[in-house]
Amino acid sequence: MENFEPIIVAFCCHYCAYTAADMAGSKRLSYPPNVKIIKAPCSGKIDAIHIMQALQKGADGVYVAGCLEGDCHFKSGNTRAAQRVSYIKKLLEEIGIEGERVEMFTMSAGMGERFAEVATEFTEKIRKMGPNPIKRAAKAAC
Amino acid sequence: MITAERKPMEEILEYVRPCQRILLVGCNECVTVCAAGGRKEVGLLSSALQMAAMKEGRTLEVKEITLERQCDPEYVEELASQVGDAEAIVSMACGCGVQELARRYKSMRVYPAVNTKFMGASERQGVWAERCQGCGDCLLGITGGVCPIARCSKQLMNGPCGGSTKGKCEISQDVDCAWQLIWDRLKALGVEDRYEENIPAKDWRTGRGGGPRKIIREDLAQ
Repeated sequence: MENFEPIIVAFCCHYCAYTAADMAGSKRLSYPPNVKIIKAPCSGKIDAIHIMQALQKGADGVYVAGCLEGDCHFKSGNTRAAQRVSYIKKLLEEIGIEGERVEMFTMSAGMGERFAEVATEFTEKIRKMGPNPIKRAAKAAC
Repeated sequence: MITAERKPMEEILEYVRPCQRILLVGCNECVTVCAAGGRKEVGLLSSALQMAAMKEGRTLEVKEITLERQCDPEYVEELASQVGDAEAIVSMACGCGVQELARRYKSMRVYPAVNTKFMGASERQGVWAERCQGCGDCLLGITGGVCPIARCSKQLMNGPCGGSTKGKCEISQDVDCAWQLIWDRLKALGVEDRYEENIPAKDWRTGRGGGPRKIIREDLAQ
């Protein structure tokens, strides 16, 4: 547990969070290497199954980062993504996995600092929570 | 369409807990439209069941298939080559589909993963409402296209009752008074006089009152 390095999957919208990550890099802001970014054309493109499969395949935490409210390039992709994230949280709770392992964040393309802050805080939160329970069970069985 | 909702995970987990391999079968018809048991929901449930099993230190192999229709034997037959060594079939179709699977695959345990709710229509994205109860003797022609059986809480043939206030039913502010809707519609059509005609007491034998129903089309039946 002391050496636990969480695997975080971040689904980032091309129009905001992905560019914000780029901005964070340009500004030489550091954020944990645990965060694996997957670029999406819009946060609304991220389906519930993508989040579930990320967790099933070993991610300890997953977040979707989309545009600020009202700023979605495709009008409502970010609100749909938020609805899906909230649905997945409930589904995870139903199977005994903490819903907090999945989150939705919003930011604009210029918010490099926010991207780094979100990545750091989420990674730390998951680090405190410990490994994904499905991995803990597999490890215990070995 | 026939609407449905996924059962609580605990109930589904209880069904599949003794199994190591299951066949999870969706349906491409009504339950796909009401987002309860189509290909997407099959994928999600499969993932959730596998994770729940992994969390308990077990492995669960889930084979996912979504049939064109689960209520037709021709399509259900397609599963014959897929059943293989599965210990149970979990169906995400309505009750008709589940029963059809159970009838065809007699040696298999067949479990429902959804609760079948009602025959309804989509009000807006993600919202479905009851519209028909299959009473077997459709009244819509004389009620302006609004069904008093499915949409009036008391199934009144000649409404509204005293519980109708400002177009809403006394059971909830979210429920429209069906008879208000009927009156509004008759008025819009200019046939208010139809409202004055008493609709006789309904003969429920055409509905469930006559026991399980069957339709036989002589020209089609073989």
